[in-house]
Amino acid sequence: MTNTNQEDKTPSSIEKFILHLHPAKIDSRAIKINRTFGLGGVCALLFIILCLTGLLLRFSYIPTVEHAYDSILGLKNNTVFGQFIRNLHHLSAKLMIVASFLHLVRVYYTQSIFLKRGENWIYGLLMMFLVLASSFTGYLLPWDQLAYWAVTVITQIIEYIPFIGHSLAYVVRGSETVDGNTLLNFYTLHTGIIPLLFIFLMCMHFWLVRKAGGIALPQQEEQQKVDVIPNLVSKEIMLACIVIAGLFLTAAFYDAPLLDQANPLKSPNPSKAPWYFLGAQELLLHLHPFFSAVIIPFATALFFFGLPYYKYNNLNIGVWFNSPLGKKITIQSSIIAFVFTFALIYLFEHFFHFDLWLSNWPGVISTGLIPFLFYAVPVAAYLLFWNKKHQANRTELIMACTSIILSSYICMLLISLLLRGEGMLMIF
Amino acid sequence: MKLNRRKFIKRTLIALATVEAFFLLRGSVNKVDTSSGTTELFNAGKATAFDKNKLYPFLTGQFFLKRFEDGGFLAMSFKCTHLGCVVNTNSKTGGFNCPCHASQFNKFGEVLSAPATRPLDYFPITIEKGELLIDTRKPIRRSSFNKSQLTYL
Ligand code: FES
Repeated sequence: MTNTNQEDKTPSSIEKFILHLHPAKIDSRAIKINRTFGLGGVCALLFIILCLTGLLLRFSYIPTVEHAYDSILGLKNNTVFGQFIRNLHHLSAKLMIVASFLHLVRVYYTQSIFLKRGENWIYGLLMMFLVLASSFTGYLLPWDQLAYWAVTVITQIIEYIPFIGHSLAYVVRGSETVDGNTLLNFYTLHTGIIPLLFIFLMCMHFWLVRKAGGIALPQQEEQQKVDVIPNLVSKEIMLACIVIAGLFLTAAFYDAPLLDQANPLKSPNPSKAPWYFLGAQELLLHLHPFFSAVIIPFATALFFFGLPYYKYNNLNIGVWFNSPLGKKITIQSSIIAFVFTFALIYLFEHFFHFDLWLSNWPGVISTGLIPFLFYAVPVAAYLLFWNKKHQANRTELIMACTSIILSSYICMLLISLLLRGEGMLMIF
Repeated sequence: MKLNRRKFIKRTLIALATVEAFFLLRGSVNKVDTSSGTTELFNAGKATAFDKNKLYPFLTGQFFLKRFEDGGFLAMSFKCTHLGCVVNTNSKTGGFNCPCHASQFNKFGEVLSAPATRPLDYFPITIEKGELLIDTRKPIRRSSFNKSQLTYL
């Protein structure tokens, strides 16, 4: 559908507003749905839904240890559509994590993070962090067993950071253990500070996309331009309608979970972190906390923040996977990393017991360095193999690294989510 | 990236300001301890009332009281040193198991199997007029069990 004879009409104020977000004309390739899958837009939409439902929830929620749980029960039983609104909030938050992660993956693999888009990648990562942080702070608010222990587990991880860990954890919790102070802290962050920061970053993010000339597209001699209204806007509205309809339908049938009221004297068995942190929790099972809570997360964060700035020799902006070789290496390394991580975890669970075998060595080596090398050495060898055998250059190797990290994390997350039962033991 | 004097000074200032901001924020968001009466010690009762070689859970005080064969008392925190879950007693080994990530501890609170990296913390005990008083305010970290951690009548 290409409409080009719109120039004679003066735009209405809504149209003018849209034209502040979008340029008047864009490249026809940019509006193909499989260019972006509309993921960024979906995230923005979900943020709006979260704000609206969250504002409604604030009317009935009381952030104190005595009343938090009961206010949720009251919401469920006495408020018209109370449970529905809570479901909607819960589902949108879940979907937002998935959508923002997919958006990140899409942007990276279409190679749209380099040069002047590098800065926007940083803002994007910060927003990804805020999405996780707001989900996590929201997790505690119902004050049920699930919430309480998930937050206990995660805030304790902070304590493993050398030197500043303890005081940092104290700031986050507002006390030595998770209690009313923590609830108040999290409530303030969840309903005030994080959304505000998010709005600021979101504005920067959108503005920088426009400044960089819209979404990244492969170089082409001839460009075909089309009007944004109605070509792009109609698609956006359609996608928004589909997402909203899907959310409403699911929220009508699926209830947001609520366990028993939090009991600081009894951990449920097993106690799991929020699902998106389960990969990190899985890592903690196998590695000494110094590695799993300090070195690896910081190294990974550094790697991701640095992604746009390594010296690349063949940038192919806007091209999926950079090159055919890039595509091959991405797919292969993702699959191999997934299988390898799975196998390694299985072995560590059932056969390798370095903590017992080397019990008189320091823990950092026997349960930290050695298992880490079991992962790192084969990965390094694999990358070397691609470098030597297929002449993969740095661009492709870094892409492989990213794929390996993402795929391993997803593997660990799934294992922890699906294959761990009582006592966090594997169910087979 | 070349670092000239201006840039260097600018960055140092920014770094200093960040550190300063962190401390300011930390100070102003810290909460006053509202829980009153935590200055009291936990009274577990008459010392002679406890049998040797037995474990007594005190959930409200958040610790397990163990009396060993030789009559020594040890009050161990029930928080797993890994990530803070509440450990369960294991009647088979006489030790403790953590439900969260499967750490195991022996009856002295020492780690039998990872991921926990240090023994359960313990609380100092004093005996006054035959009564056991346990200071539950600050858990003491230790790297292994030794006799000096026990309290005798
Ligand atoms: S909290 Fe006990 S094993 Fe992790």
